[in-house]
Amino acid sequence: MNVIETSDLGKRYGSTWALRECTVAIPAGHVTALVGPNGAGKTTLLNLAAGLAAPSAGGVTVLGGRPAGSPAALDGIAFVAQDTPMYKNLSARDMLHLTRNLNRRFDQRYAEARLTELGIPLKRKAGKLSGGQQAQLALTLALARRPRLLVLDEPMAMLDPIARHDFMALVMTAMAEGKGAGEAGGVSVVLSSHVLAELERVADYLVLMSRGRVQLAGEVDDLLASHRVLTGPAAGADRYTERLSVVHARRGEAQAHLLVRASASDAVPPGWEAHPVGLEELALAYLRAGRDGAARPGPRPGSAI
Amino acid sequence: MTALSVPAGREEDVSLRPVPWQRMGWVTWRQHRATLVSVAVFLGALAVLLYLAGRQLRSAHAAAIAACHTASSLACPPAIVAFNGTNGFLANGFMPQAVPVLIGAFAGAPVLARELETGTFRYAWTQGFGRWRWTLAKLVPLAVALAAAAWVFSLLLNWYYQPYFAAGNQNLSLEEWTPFSPGLFDLRGIGFAAWTLVAFAIGALAGMLIRRVVPAIVATLAAYTALAFAAGGWLRPAYMTPLVTSNLNLPGSAWIISQRWTKGGKFAFTGFPPDSLLNRFCPDGPPGPVGPFGKSKPVSIAECLTPHGYTQWTSYQPASRFWPFQWIEGGWLLALSVLLIAATVWLVRRRAA
Repeated sequence: MNVIETSDLGKRYGSTWALRECTVAIPAGHVTALVGPNGAGKTTLLNLAAGLAAPSAGGVTVLGGRPAGSPAALDGIAFVAQDTPMYKNLSARDMLHLTRNLNRRFDQRYAEARLTELGIPLKRKAGKLSGGQQAQLALTLALARRPRLLVLDEPMAMLDPIARHDFMALVMTAMAEGKGAGEAGGVSVVLSSHVLAELERVADYLVLMSRGRVQLAGEVDDLLASHRVLTGPAAGADRYTERLSVVHARRGEAQAHLLVRASASDAVPPGWEAHPVGLEELALAYLRAGRDGAARPGPRPGSAI
Repeated sequence: MTALSVPAGREEDVSLRPVPWQRMGWVTWRQHRATLVSVAVFLGALAVLLYLAGRQLRSAHAAAIAACHTASSLACPPAIVAFNGTNGFLANGFMPQAVPVLIGAFAGAPVLARELETGTFRYAWTQGFGRWRWTLAKLVPLAVALAAAAWVFSLLLNWYYQPYFAAGNQNLSLEEWTPFSPGLFDLRGIGFAAWTLVAFAIGALAGMLIRRVVPAIVATLAAYTALAFAAGGWLRPAYMTPLVTSNLNLPGSAWIISQRWTKGGKFAFTGFPPDSLLNRFCPDGPPGPVGPFGKSKPVSIAECLTPHGYTQWTSYQPASRFWPFQWIEGGWLLALSVLLIAATVWLVRRRAA
């Protein structure tokens, strides 16, 4: 089952496309990192998946074919929007009560226990909580709905490093609990961030976006296994760029580094060395390639490939 | 990828039952109780003032009636002046006219505008309840509660203005108003509640369209005012075909729409007579301007023109049409409110963020 599936999805605001020809399928059972620079279309994609926005082109379904925004979709998705909007004048207890009333399922005991554990007083107004506590409250509300899919849009943007750690710990615990309890498929998580490093440790599925398009999507292990960095003499680089599937090339005076699609078993050209690639390096290479590719109608001196 | 996929039997909740409507009861109350309490306090305070003012008005009215029981009583003229001057600022009804639009703008506009302005719609509209149901479950109970509060308040307004409608006031030179007077018509009957309802509905729609609280309130005030003037000026006189009479002694309760004059069966002029005519036939000086709501003054013009072959034709709405007019106005306002609320819900459902 795919928790989010889009086909040629597009969203236009005025004359600007925030998202274009986006076709991606995020399978269930993963913590998916949706990564890209600011303005890449991450929030737009998540809003479309949550049913907050209507597509200008194409379509999006969630949780195995449910139309985004439909009652069945809303029932299964818990969405924590950017900046975790909440009613500032309502207490944490009221927010629990509110969320319980608005949903078919709500695990009150879990929510109260979690807030006690986090040291968030139930009587405190949501507006008086710190940024970290607000994010924790929003996440607790989302998790207490026992969703099949948890969508978090830039959840860490407002948080300091300790709060980030606590927040991710809560997400991971919830995932583990879901699996342990044998719930239907456990919870799948999709998080967005413009900083890959934040999500690198927790995500096992990566969707890379830039300029309103998906540049790369896949399981992290598969992506790392299918890419290598080749290092060799700069003079001979051009010969390989035609034959190999080069994502991005970086040239120095003497040496060139080519990030290529190749597995460990593929042959390495003579005089070249192959290294495994890190996730950050891989993501940067695709983002750069995407940027150059989008900016350039034809070959340009000094550019990659 | 398949390891965690869901067994087929677990997909039964695709055709799930929606969250029951009554769950929104607590939500609406919790989120809007401050508004509802403010409206209650506001109307309550006005009611106390109106009650005290009403007692004054009634005692002044009773005093005038008693003093003028015997004609040429010395106490009569000052008692008349005293009654006509009591709470003069309330007499034309224009101040209470502001109450429905204030309630509607300040209670209606923020319902959606605040959610959109602060971003909380991204919480509320992604819950399992569903956003168009959420909107409907907020707007309808609030609209009903506010209209009901306004209706109760209008009972007091009705009580307050009774002395002005007493038959025979005109003969005593006491203020007598037609129930159709633009300031008074929609303070009584079902008009007050209906206008409050439509103000709330305008506010809700403006909030959805404008998405900011303060501009939405301003837009509501403007749109409501335009609608109220259009209704009072153009629509209301035409709810039913006016009656036409040449009788010069219409009761003060009749609503005079227009007057035209004929001479020898042919049309002469409309409204106020031209100066040339007045100078010729009414040389005792021009009579005062024609009172807008059937005061005694037109009679005096008529008195000097009638002997010269002129006939005054007055088209008017008799006071007996008060309730038909109330139902007509209440009916189209209710229909408009339903339409506006439906449009708001439709926009929420279709809205592209």
